[in-house]
Amino acid sequence: MASDTSKRSSYFLISPMAAIFAIFLVIPLLTIVVVSFWDYDEYRILPDFIFENYSYLLGSSVTWKIYLNTLKYAALTWGFTLLIGFTVAYFLAFHVRSLTWQIVLFMVCTIPFWTSNIIRMISWIPFLGRNGLLNSALINLGIVDQPLEFLLFSDFAVVLADVHLYTLFMVVPIFNSMMRIDRSLIEAARDAGASGFETLKSVIVPLSKPGIAIGSIFVITVVMGDFITVRLMSGGQSASVGLQISNEIGLLQYPAAAASAVVLLITVLLIVTGLLRLVDIRKEL
Amino acid sequence: MTIDMKKSAKNLATDTGVSRRGFVKGAAAVTGAAIGSGAITGFPTIWAQNIKNVTLRQFGTGVSNINAVADKVKEDLGFTLQMTALDSDAVAQRAVTQPNSFDIADIEYWICKKVFPAGTMQPMDTTKLKNYDAISKLFITGKLTPDSEIAQGTAPHTVGFVEGADSVEFASAPTQWMTLIPTIYNADTLGIRPDLIDRPIDSWADLLDPAFKGKASILNIPSIGIMDAAMVCEAMGEVSYGDKGNMTKEEIDKTIAVMIDAKKAGQFRAFWKSFDESVNLMASGEVVIQSMWSPAVAAVRSKGIACKYQPLKEGYRAWGGGIGLAKHLSGLELEAAYEYIDWYLSGWVGAYLNRQGYYSAAPATAQKFMSEDEWGFWMEGKAAQGDILSPDGKVMEKAGAVRDGGSYEERMGSVACWNSVMDENKHMIRKWNEFIAA
Repeated sequence: MASDTSKRSSYFLISPMAAIFAIFLVIPLLTIVVVSFWDYDEYRILPDFIFENYSYLLGSSVTWKIYLNTLKYAALTWGFTLLIGFTVAYFLAFHVRSLTWQIVLFMVCTIPFWTSNIIRMISWIPFLGRNGLLNSALINLGIVDQPLEFLLFSDFAVVLADVHLYTLFMVVPIFNSMMRIDRSLIEAARDAGASGFETLKSVIVPLSKPGIAIGSIFVITVVMGDFITVRLMSGGQSASVGLQISNEIGLLQYPAAAASAVVLLITVLLIVTGLLRLVDIRKEL
Repeated sequence: MTIDMKKSAKNLATDTGVSRRGFVKGAAAVTGAAIGSGAITGFPTIWAQNIKNVTLRQFGTGVSNINAVADKVKEDLGFTLQMTALDSDAVAQRAVTQPNSFDIADIEYWICKKVFPAGTMQPMDTTKLKNYDAISKLFITGKLTPDSEIAQGTAPHTVGFVEGADSVEFASAPTQWMTLIPTIYNADTLGIRPDLIDRPIDSWADLLDPAFKGKASILNIPSIGIMDAAMVCEAMGEVSYGDKGNMTKEEIDKTIAVMIDAKKAGQFRAFWKSFDESVNLMASGEVVIQSMWSPAVAAVRSKGIACKYQPLKEGYRAWGGGIGLAKHLSGLELEAAYEYIDWYLSGWVGAYLNRQGYYSAAPATAQKFMSEDEWGFWMEGKAAQGDILSPDGKVMEKAGAVRDGGSYEERMGSVACWNSVMDENKHMIRKWNEFIAA
């Protein structure tokens, strides 16, 4: 009897959250799934139940190329942000001794976020261009004779901008995990004769895993869905899944865009599931 | 709409203390409109007082959404025109999916071909427009002069008329019902940096010349980009087309194959999608030859950088836009919209557009608002006598300059193809995406 009441009251208590999820997540998602089976022509979407959107999407070599390209960007960005993010977090957590300085330096990391990410991205363009600051400097210093063309409108530029934009997403959760590591564990490792590198490998990295996983989820999902960085930094010459969806929406091909969105969602969910299999982030929360 | 009507009714009730001057002005406007429309319905005096309360919402691509026009409308006609600028895709999307979000659509003819059949717009009765006869024949019969050839693509006259007031079927010959009143158009070609290119450029094929490897660009709006690509392929002799404005699947495939080869060989530095991008690519020297729009060339030049809108022997790719009415317009607002459209053709805007390097759809009326020197420079291909100023008073060209491409007849007379939307649009867009992803 008593357990019944508590059951009912807990259903009651979760209902606002459930309603919000239903209205803002489940219903829109279902709509996208439904529309992905519709037909379309140049200016209308036609209710229908066809698999043409999916069969074209999955059968086209363009899709595979675009997915490979997007995964390449995601993997490279993930690798670099992890390396940089882990290093920065390690420095903040273990080398900076005073809490005040930790806070100050942490704030410094967030300063770039005070401007819009479009601005941060676009500022790279005049810097990296053929007659840009970097190329002029390199030529004036006599390091190169010809301007380096690969700097802008290339995969290099895309990954550079992504790393610049998203490294903080890696720093924050890793720093958070590291701050929770009991310092006596490190002392114990040292007392037991472990070198600095062994301590890092056997103590710090395993205990930072939840932070790494959370950071990775942030970075990978953002890069997988990104379209504006790819468009601006590749000079429109490369494609990503997000860009493909954005183009389809622009051309009123909503069903095709919906199908692409569903496939992308499944892909990202698979990646996230894989990550969660490797690391139990619930321990962290 | 309902709210606006209520507002009008409320003003009708309260707005009894009209000043004498306002009344006279209003009455004059009514007389003008009455002569123009030849049909007075309802209570014109009431209409004249209330037209001030009308707000028309116009949306369209940036080119003709000019605030100066809205200001002048307020001054000349008394009502408010709200303008929203969007890119062509967004315009088409909004015209179809949000039919109540606009009163006047400012769209291109190829968009019209996509949008008008959706039934969210209404055709205009040409007998209500006193400046109808001033519209260039290019938009009525498709021929600039009686012996000019009709260009390929979505030529404006082919989607300029429908069969009747409620029809969405395009008419094959001019009727009383016009889908769009033409407002602005131009002939596009390649822009080049003459200071960075040391040989004469005279063909679309030069875009893919290996000499410009890594320094070329093409615009990435599929329906327009494919036309530039087709002009290039045709000029190179790689592909021959029945109608570049309505290609077969095979023609599309061949065109895209040529472009993919060029892309893989590193011909392109970037693709651009917006006006600003094209200006920046050219001004920064990232690109020395690319598809470009006329005001973008002017924008590069205004930075003191040499840029030429190069006429090419194969001819121009032309585009044109016009304004049309939303389906939901009626009563007072519809009258105001007709008034606005007629005013648009009456010359002031035409002169404004001509001074920006576009063309007015009613050249004869625009001439009255331009100086002889301005007319000579922009329309007749003559050397400028004095400095040529932009509409906002900046010096665009110094005395002695001649317009790239020459006179109106030379430029609009050598149109090879109009911007268009093809029957194989879906296929074309898929292939274009392959090109971008390649």
